[in-house]
Amino acid sequence: MAAMIETRGLRKSVGPTRVLDGVDLAVPEGSVLALLGPNGAGKTTMVNVLATLLRPDGGQALVGGVDVVRQPERARTLFSLTGQYAALDELLTGRENLVLMARLAHLPRAAVGPRAAELLDAFDLTDAADRLVRTYSGGMRRRLDLAVSLLTRPRVIFLDEPTTGLDPRSRADLWEVIRGVVREGTTVLLTTQYLEEADALADRIAVLDRGSVVAEGTAAELKRRVGSAHLELELVDGRVERLATDGSVGDARRLLALVEAEDRPVAHWRLATPTLDDVFLTLTGAHVPGAEPGAARASDDPGRRASAPLQEVAR
Amino acid sequence: MTATTIDRPAVSGAVAGAATAARDTWALIGRTLRRSLRTPDTLIMGIALPVMIMAMFVYVFGGAIDTGMQYVDYVVPGIVLLCAGYGASTTAVGVATDMTGGLMNRFRSLPMRPAAVLTGHVVESMVRNVVSTVLVVGVALAAGFRPTAGLGGWLAVAGVVALYVLALTWVAVCIGVVASTPEAASGFSFVIMFVPYVSSAFVQPETMPRVLELVARYQPVTPVTDTVRAWLTGAGEAQPWVALAWCAGVFLVARVGAVVLFRRRAG
Repeated sequence: MAAMIETRGLRKSVGPTRVLDGVDLAVPEGSVLALLGPNGAGKTTMVNVLATLLRPDGGQALVGGVDVVRQPERARTLFSLTGQYAALDELLTGRENLVLMARLAHLPRAAVGPRAAELLDAFDLTDAADRLVRTYSGGMRRRLDLAVSLLTRPRVIFLDEPTTGLDPRSRADLWEVIRGVVREGTTVLLTTQYLEEADALADRIAVLDRGSVVAEGTAAELKRRVGSAHLELELVDGRVERLATDGSVGDARRLLALVEAEDRPVAHWRLATPTLDDVFLTLTGAHVPGAEPGAARASDDPGRRASAPLQEVAR
Repeated sequence: MTATTIDRPAVSGAVAGAATAARDTWALIGRTLRRSLRTPDTLIMGIALPVMIMAMFVYVFGGAIDTGMQYVDYVVPGIVLLCAGYGASTTAVGVATDMTGGLMNRFRSLPMRPAAVLTGHVVESMVRNVVSTVLVVGVALAAGFRPTAGLGGWLAVAGVVALYVLALTWVAVCIGVVASTPEAASGFSFVIMFVPYVSSAFVQPETMPRVLELVARYQPVTPVTDTVRAWLTGAGEAQPWVALAWCAGVFLVARVGAVVLFRRRAG
C-alpha cells in the first residue's frame, strides 16, 4: 500500500541541538502510527515539520505524495493538525470557532453551517455549541479542537499529544472519537508519551529518542523484542522474583512445581507479558549515563521496579 | 477535492486568489469584531480614560492655563487624539495574544494567508475607535466644547483622525508581532498615552523649556492636533500637509514593517 506520510532522512537542528537526526518513517494510507517518546525526543518538531510550520534542514517529507517543503500550500489541503495546545478562540462559541475555521479552510459556503452542526453532534458538543469556549472544560476543548481539524475531511491528521492533561474519562472519550476518525479511513500520525495510548490506538509504533527512531513495529513486535512472558512471584517479604517462561500451561506448571518444591514464601504469583513500558525503558533508558537501563528509573518510581530484571532477561 | 483549484490557469488563478484572500479577511474581521463586543472593557477604558483626562484638564488645570481662548476649546482636539491613540495602541495586546497562543499555528496550517489575521485586528481597531471617538466628542460637547466647523470641516477632521488611528494601529501591530507576551505589548499603550503631553495638545509649546519646545514642535502629534483644532474651532494654524505627511509616512513604514516582522516570526 502507498505511504500516505513519508519522511526520508529528516533533519532539523535548533542551535547546536539535533532535534531530528535523520528520521525515516512511512505511514500506509488508512493506518495509525504512534510516535512514542519522552519529552524532548523531537515528537512535536516532527509534527511541525510535516504540518509545514517548520522548515527542515535536510531530508524529505511527503504528505499524500506532496513535498511539504516545496509545495506547502498544496500539502495544507491534504492534512489537518491538532496541536498540543488547543488552537481555539476563547472568545468565540464552539459553533463560531467551527464556522470561522470552515470559512478559512474554504469550505463551500452552503456546507459550512451543516458541517459545523454535524461535527458538534458527533463530538457531543451540541448542548455547549453556543457557549463561549472560555467556559469549556479541557476535554471539551480537545474534542472541539479535533472537530475543527476534521472540518475539511482531511486524508491525514496529525495529533500532537492529543490527551495530555486530560482526566481518564475524557481520555477514553477522546480515544473513541479518534477510533471513529480512523474507521472512516483517515491516516493518523499521533505523538504520545503514554504507552497505553499508543497501544490502544496505533497500528504501528515508532519509538523516537533524541531525534532518531530507535525502534519501529506493532505493539506485539516491540514487546517481543524485549523478551518473552514470565512468572512473577511476589514473596511475603515484598520482594519480587521473575522466572522466564514460554507461556504454555506445561511450562507454567513445571515452574510452579519447582517453586512449591523449594517451599518459597510466595504471597502471590501471576503470569506477566512484557508491557510497552518495558519496551520503552529498554529502548530509550539505555541513554541514561552511567546507569543500568531500568535501574535509573526504577529507583525513583517504585511502580517501574518490576521491569528492571526483565531487561536483564532480554539481554 | 480542493486540490483541483491549484491546476487552474494562472490568470483566473490570480483573480480567484484575490477573491479568496478577501473572503479570508472578511471572516477574520468578523472574528475580531465579535471578540471586541465580548471584551467591552477595552472600549470602556478607551472612553473612560480620555473623559477623565478631559475632566481633569478642563476643570482642574484648565483655569490656570492661558491659551488665549476657552481652554475646553483648546484641549478637546488633543483629548480626541489621545483617545484615538490609546484606542489604537491596545491593538498591540490583541495581536500579541494571537501570536503567542496555539491559534496562530492553526491559521498557519490552513490554506490561507496568515497575515490576514493582522488586517482583521486593524479593521476592528478602526471600528472601535470610531465608536469611542464619537462618544468622547459627545462628552466634550456636554462639557462646553463649542466647535465652529461646518460639515466639510468635520469630514476633513474625521479623515485626519482616521489616518492617525490607522497609522498608530499599524505601529501597534508591529509591537504586538514582536512582543514576547501580551503583557509586554500592553506597555505600548502607556508610551502612546504620554506622547501627546509633550506636544501642543495640552499647552502651547512656547511655554515649555527650549529642548521640550523643540520636541513638541516637531513631533507628529503637534501638526495633527493643530490641524484638528484649527479646522474645528478656527483657532491657530492648520498644518494639514505636515500632519498628512507624518501619518502617511508612519502608516507606510509600519504597514511594511508589520508584514516583514510577521513573516520573520510566523512565516
